[in-house]
Amino acid sequence: MNIIVVGCGKIGTAILDTLLSEGHNVTAVDSDPAVIDEITNIYDVMGVCGNGTDCEVLQQADVGSTNLLVATTHSDELNMLCCFLARRMGARHTIARIRNPEYNDQSLGFMKDQLGLSMSINPELLTAQELYNLLRLPSAANLETFSGRNFEMVELALKSDSVLNGLSLLELRKRCPANFLVCAVRRGDCVTIPDGRFVLKDGDHVILTAAFSEIQKLLKSLGLMKKHARTVMLLGASRTAYYLAKMLLKSGNSVKVIEKDIHRCEEFGQHLPGATMICGDGSSQELLLEEGIRSTDAFVSLTGMDEQNILISFYASSQNVPKVISKVNLPQMNAMAQRLGMDSLVSLPKAVTNVVSRYARALENSLGSQMETLYKLLDGKAEALEFIVKADFPYCNTLLKDLRLKENTLFAGIIRKRKTIIPSGDDCILAGDRVIVVSTGKRLGALLDVMS
Amino acid sequence: MNRRIVLFTVGRIALIETALLILPMIVCLIYGEYSILFCFAVTAGISLAFGLVLRLIARPRNHLIFAREGFFIVASAWIFVSAVGALPFVFSGSIPNYCDAFFETVSGFTTTGASILPNVEEAIQSQGLLFWRSFTHWIGGMGVLVFLLAVLPSGNERSIHILRAEVPGPMVGKLVPRLKDTAKILYLIYFAITLLETVLLIAGGMSLFDSLVHTFGTAGTGGFGIKADSVASYSPYCQWVITVFMLIFGINFNLFYLLLLKRLRPVLHSAELWAYLGIAAAATMVITWDISKYADCLWPESLRHAAFQVSSIMTTTGFSTTDFNAWPSLSKSILFLLMLVGGCAGSTAGGLKVSRVVLLFRMARRELSRLLHPRSVRVIVFEEKRADEPMLNSVALYFVVYMMFIGGVFLLLSFEPFNLETNLSATVACFNNVGPGFAGVGPTASYAAYSDLSKLVLSLAMLAGRLEIFPILLFFSPSSWKAQ
Repeated sequence: MNIIVVGCGKIGTAILDTLLSEGHNVTAVDSDPAVIDEITNIYDVMGVCGNGTDCEVLQQADVGSTNLLVATTHSDELNMLCCFLARRMGARHTIARIRNPEYNDQSLGFMKDQLGLSMSINPELLTAQELYNLLRLPSAANLETFSGRNFEMVELALKSDSVLNGLSLLELRKRCPANFLVCAVRRGDCVTIPDGRFVLKDGDHVILTAAFSEIQKLLKSLGLMKKHARTVMLLGASRTAYYLAKMLLKSGNSVKVIEKDIHRCEEFGQHLPGATMICGDGSSQELLLEEGIRSTDAFVSLTGMDEQNILISFYASSQNVPKVISKVNLPQMNAMAQRLGMDSLVSLPKAVTNVVSRYARALENSLGSQMETLYKLLDGKAEALEFIVKADFPYCNTLLKDLRLKENTLFAGIIRKRKTIIPSGDDCILAGDRVIVVSTGKRLGALLDVMS
Repeated sequence: MNRRIVLFTVGRIALIETALLILPMIVCLIYGEYSILFCFAVTAGISLAFGLVLRLIARPRNHLIFAREGFFIVASAWIFVSAVGALPFVFSGSIPNYCDAFFETVSGFTTTGASILPNVEEAIQSQGLLFWRSFTHWIGGMGVLVFLLAVLPSGNERSIHILRAEVPGPMVGKLVPRLKDTAKILYLIYFAITLLETVLLIAGGMSLFDSLVHTFGTAGTGGFGIKADSVASYSPYCQWVITVFMLIFGINFNLFYLLLLKRLRPVLHSAELWAYLGIAAAATMVITWDISKYADCLWPESLRHAAFQVSSIMTTTGFSTTDFNAWPSLSKSILFLLMLVGGCAGSTAGGLKVSRVVLLFRMARRELSRLLHPRSVRVIVFEEKRADEPMLNSVALYFVVYMMFIGGVFLLLSFEPFNLETNLSATVACFNNVGPGFAGVGPTASYAAYSDLSKLVLSLAMLAGRLEIFPILLFFSPSSWKAQ
C-alpha cells in the first residue's frame, strides 16, 4: 500500500519504521530539511520537505493515489487539517494523532465524522490504558487485553528464585487447577511456541493466555500473586499521567503525583482534585523517601527523559517497591533497560505502532475475518492478533484438530458471547467468534493466513 | 568500514556481469565465431568464480551501509567490472596488451568512447567483441549498481547511499518511495528509449547489428563506433536520429518520469532543461555560421554537422560525422567548453552537469551583487526550490576539486612528448567521458600513442569523471582504508 506519514518526530518515525517492515511504500513529509535528510538516509522512503497542510506539498507526496495518511505532527490542529485536506484530495483513509484531552471527549466522534477521519490515535491515552492494566495485575511483566477485557495475555519474567524454573509445561498444568495456555516463550533472542515437554528455565519470558479470573487462580496457586496496587506514585505530570491518574482515581486507588513545575501541579490538581500533588524534583531520593516511596504499592516513572525514568526506577526497585514501571520511548533505550533487568516498560511509540499497523493490515485483508487487535510481543518477535470471524469464513464449524495450521502459529483463545474458551482439538470456530492467534513467524493479515 | 558488505556487493556485481556476458556469447553464436565465444565463456567463468567466492567468504555480519560504504562499493564495483570486462579483448588477441584492453573497457563502462585502436575495422574483426565493446556503454550509462538495485530483492534500507554515489548530479532524489522501484523505473525508461532509437535507425536502413551498436553508444552517451570514421558513412537521416537521441539521453531521466505521469509543470519550469537546450541551440548556430564560412558546403549540411557535433560533445558521447579537428578555432573552442559543461544531472551524460553550471552562474551573480550591496540578502531558487547553503557549498567545492583533478591529470600527461592541445584535450575528453579530443587525440586519431602509465592515469580519470570524483578519490586515500 502507499502510505504517507506527515510529521516525523519520535512517533512518526516509529510508525514509518513499522510500516516499512510490513512492506508498504512510505512517503515521509516533514517541514525540517534536516529530519528529511536523516530519514531518507536510514529508511527506504521518499522524503518530501514541506508543510503537511500545504496542498502543493501533499500533491508532491502523491496524495491522490495514497491508501492511508497518518498525521503525527506536534499539533493536533495541524494533524486534523492535514487529514481533512488529504481526504479531499483523494487519500482513501486518514489517521490523525489527537492528544489534547479537550478534543478527546464526547466531541471526538462528531469531529472525526466531519473531518472524514478513519481513526484518531492518542498515544498518551493508549499508554495510560496499558499502565492501568498492568497495575491491575502487578505480577505480570506485561499484559495485553482483548475484547471485553475478560481475556488477557500475560508475560511473566522468570527470575532465578521463581518456582516455575525446571518445570515442564505438562507438570505445570498438573500442578495448577486453572485453565490457561502457554503461547510463547522467549529464551535469549529466540522465541518459540512450546509444546508440553518444554522445560522452563531461569530468565525465560513466558506468554500465557487465560480469562482474568483464571489468571488470578493460576498465580495464586503458584504463589506468584502480588497484591493489587492500591497506592500508586507517579513521577511527572505528563498527559499520560493525567489519563492514568484519572482511571486510577475512578477505580478507588490513591494517587500521588510528583512534578517539578508548579504551574503544571496546579493545573493537574485543578482537573483531578482527588490526586495528591507534590511539587518537587523527582530525581531527589530525599524527596521520594519523604513522600513514602517505601510504603507505596507501585511506582510509575513518566518524565520526558528516558534516562531519568530508567535510573529513578532502579532506585525505586532498590527501595523494595513491589511494582515499578517506567516509560522508555526510544527502542534502543528500551532494549538496554531490559538487559539491565527491567521487565515492565511502556513506550508511547510502541503503543501507537501496534494500532497503526493493525489498521494498515486490516485494510489489506478483510476476507473471512476482521482484525480487531494486534499486539507485538517479546520485542516484536511474536504477535498476538484478535480476529472477528465473519460468516464467509470457510472453516466455520470444523474441529480444530482437523485444521492444518501453519508452522509457528497457535490458536490462543476463542471468545464466544463473553465466554472465554481455551481451545483444544475438540473445539471449533463459529461465525461471530473472536479468535486470538499467536504467531512467531510470518506476519498475518487475516485469519485465513493461519491455514496452510 | 564494513568491508564484508563491500566485498559481498562486489560479488553480486560479478554474478551480474557473468549474466551480462551471455549476450555477446549469443552474438558470437549467431555469427559463428566459436573461438571468441570461448574467450567470453572463460571470462564469464572467471567472473562467476569471483562472484561465488566473494559471496562465500564475505557473508556480511550486518547490512549497515553508510555514505562511506556507498562510495567504496561503487568505486570497487566499477574497477572490478572493468578489470574483468577487459579479458575477452586480451584472450581473443584483438588487444593483446592488458593495459590497452583495460583502458578500452573502462572507456566503455564509463561511457567515454576513447579508443586506443587507430582503426577499429582492422583491429577487431569479431562481431561479438564489437557488440560487447558497445554494450559496456549501455550498462555503464545507467550504472551497474542501479541495475543491481533494480533486479535484486530489496532488503537493505540504506542502499540510497549506493544510488547517491553512482547517479551523477548534485541532488539525487527518488521517483517513488521504494529505491528498488525507482531503479526499475529508471531502467524501464532507459530501455524504452533505447528500443525506440533502434527501431528508428533500422527504419533508416541500418542493419540490426549496426543500429543496436550505435544505439548502445547513444544511450550510454558513450561513442564507440564500429567504423573508422565513426558515423560519417551513414545516411543523413540516421545522423539526425542519433543527434536527437543523444540530446534526449542527456536530459534528466526524472523529467521523463514526470512526463509519463503527465505532470508537465515541473518539466516546463525546469531551469536545467532550458539551459541545456539553450546552450546546445546557441552553440549549434554559432558553429554552423563559423564552418559555413570556410567549408564550401551548403548550410543544411553545415547545420547537420554542427548539430551532430554539438549534441555529441555536449552529451559527452563522442560520435562524429566529420573531422572536427579540422574546423576553425572558434568552433573548436566552443566544443572544448561544451566538453566541460556536459549534460543534465541524472542523465547518462558526463561533464560538470548543466545544473551545476547554472548554480555556479547564479552564485557568481549573487556575489557580484553583494559587492555592490554588501547587506543584500539573496536566496537562490533552483527548480522551484530554495538551494540551501550546504548544497551551494558542495557545488562550489565540487567545481574546485573538478578543476584540481583536471590540473593534476594534465600535469601527469605532460611527461608525454605531445603538444599542449593534445594533452589538455585528452585530459578533458577522458575526464568528462567525451572520448575524442583535438589534435593528436582528435576524432580520426586514437590514444594508442600514450604510454601504459598514462593510459592507467586516463583510465582512472574516466572512472573519476563517471562517478563524480569522490568515490575514486576516497578509494585511493589511505585514511578511508583504516578499519573502524
